[in-house]
Amino acid sequence: MILILYRNKTIMNRITYLSILIMILFGVQSCYNPSKPNYQYFPNMYEPVGYETYADSDAFANGIEAQLPVEGTINRGWQPYDFPDSNEGYEAAKANLISPLEVSVDHQKQGKELYGIYCAVCHGDKGDGQGILMTREKYLGVPSYADREINPGSIYHVLMYGKNAMGSHAGQVNATERWQIAQHVMQLRQDLLKK
Amino acid sequence: MYLLRFSLSFIFFFSFFNNLVGQEFDVQAGKKLFNANCAACHKLNKKAVGPALRGVSAKYDREWLYSWIKNSSAMIKAGDPQAVAIWEEYNKVAMNAYPQFSNSDIDNILAYTDYIPPAPVAAVTAPVVTSSASSSGFSNSIILAALSLVFSLLVVMLFLVQKTLKRIAIASGVDVTPPVKEKRPPIWLVIAKNQFLIFLMVIGFLLSSAYFVYGYLMQIGIDQGYMPVQPIHYSHKIHSGANQIECKYCHSSARASKHSGIPSLNVCMNCHKNIAEYNGEEDLENGYTKEFYTKQIKKLYAAVGWDEDNQVYTGKSQPVKWVRIHNLPDFVYFNHAQHVQVGGVDCQTCHGPVEEMEVMYQHSSLTMGWCINCHRETNLKVQDNEYYAKIHEELSKKYGVEQLTVAQMGGLECGKCHY
Repeated sequence: MILILYRNKTIMNRITYLSILIMILFGVQSCYNPSKPNYQYFPNMYEPVGYETYADSDAFANGIEAQLPVEGTINRGWQPYDFPDSNEGYEAAKANLISPLEVSVDHQKQGKELYGIYCAVCHGDKGDGQGILMTREKYLGVPSYADREINPGSIYHVLMYGKNAMGSHAGQVNATERWQIAQHVMQLRQDLLKK
Repeated sequence: MYLLRFSLSFIFFFSFFNNLVGQEFDVQAGKKLFNANCAACHKLNKKAVGPALRGVSAKYDREWLYSWIKNSSAMIKAGDPQAVAIWEEYNKVAMNAYPQFSNSDIDNILAYTDYIPPAPVAAVTAPVVTSSASSSGFSNSIILAALSLVFSLLVVMLFLVQKTLKRIAIASGVDVTPPVKEKRPPIWLVIAKNQFLIFLMVIGFLLSSAYFVYGYLMQIGIDQGYMPVQPIHYSHKIHSGANQIECKYCHSSARASKHSGIPSLNVCMNCHKNIAEYNGEEDLENGYTKEFYTKQIKKLYAAVGWDEDNQVYTGKSQPVKWVRIHNLPDFVYFNHAQHVQVGGVDCQTCHGPVEEMEVMYQHSSLTMGWCINCHRETNLKVQDNEYYAKIHEELSKKYGVEQLTVAQMGGLECGKCHY
């Protein structure tokens, strides 16, 4: 076989050319690695000069740019919330905390949307405690709103600090949004109680 | 005598049967009650907000359990020593009162917490899965081996047939030597002598190499398909695909700010305080086993400083070094809230089918041409948005269209994104 190839020079040449071409193609292909970012033309135009929020930084002792605010910092629009994260605080909020929002269609719409994002996955779209995480048995023991004595104040308090297995959602929804959700939850509870 | 024996056995049988049915019913009803009321804070084998409940009925007096479940805080106030001890052990978190439970409800729940499911079921299913997996691999290799055998047999047979045919031809006096070819100049010499052909070939070569060089230069700085290895293997496929958690549950800042931030670990802990193990589907081909996923949850606990055994935060946390995937150049302004909240654009429009991604990667090219193209094609959503009502009306009159595109609203102006 090899002898025949050797005699026939054109075939031999073709095969060497082809194999060189294939090797080059493989070489180019192997340069592509999806776990590495691509080259950039002028990185100093692409990369920010200022600090990026979550980037490494040698400006601080712990080596990261994102620092906690100084103790006692108050952000814009901050409202004092006097009820402590305890059982007494919960009871006090339930008894005394009243929503500053008027019940309106706009708030209702917003509340429904936010409820769909943050609550429905456990509590269910109807508030009956049959969210997808419950039906798939990833998470258990979420009660129906109809089975609990709740009011807007207590809902706000639970969104603020969490209760039992539920965590705080204060980082995800702001004060107004918490009240909008509370309004929607009360609406769901009424619908459940009617049945 | 016979009658007596018969009736005795009958009674025995009946009571046994009754007992069996009764117990089955207890456990099922108890499981339902447990999952609906207790499971938020109690697990069977593990400490959660409250103590693990397997075998709890052996630890306490039944009457004591009845009154504890119905109203525990009253017992604590009354100073019952056992009640106060539990209350203090579990960080003074009061258990909800369940006055609606009857004693038989509580009996059912306790039957469930005492019930130990027959272990062999799991042991039997596991080998079945592995054997079926290995048998499918086995049969594949058998098929391949059989095919290659058949082909090699064919080759040998063809060779033999050719040989015999040749022999027959020689025997019958037919000339089988191939005819001598006329000597012709080699093909490359013919081409080299034809100048027009050379010219065409040079043009063709230059054009095709220019095509490849241009293609290479144009993809510099584009990270489409970039798929870095993250410090914690977080599967979007499990979270937003199978469990249908909204994107904005974790990336909540996409609603209100320029950035759709990386969720802080407390958001993970909203669920993973309770979910410490992975029990879902496995992908054995890629090595995504239950142990693999559970290990990722433990990485989260280590980073956030969660002491699983005592259910408290240790305060020793460390940052997770996520690798950023989507990165616009510094000279481009992009605002998530503007697109997600005002524009009502789905996350998937730019980020692709994230709910199907086991490992997150960059779906779109994020080039300027890509932005501009979308701005040209997308209609504005101005319904129920009074802020834009007037300008929308005037502009649509000016352009003579029903629906304005983003471009017509000024979405192609340089200064909108570059300043």
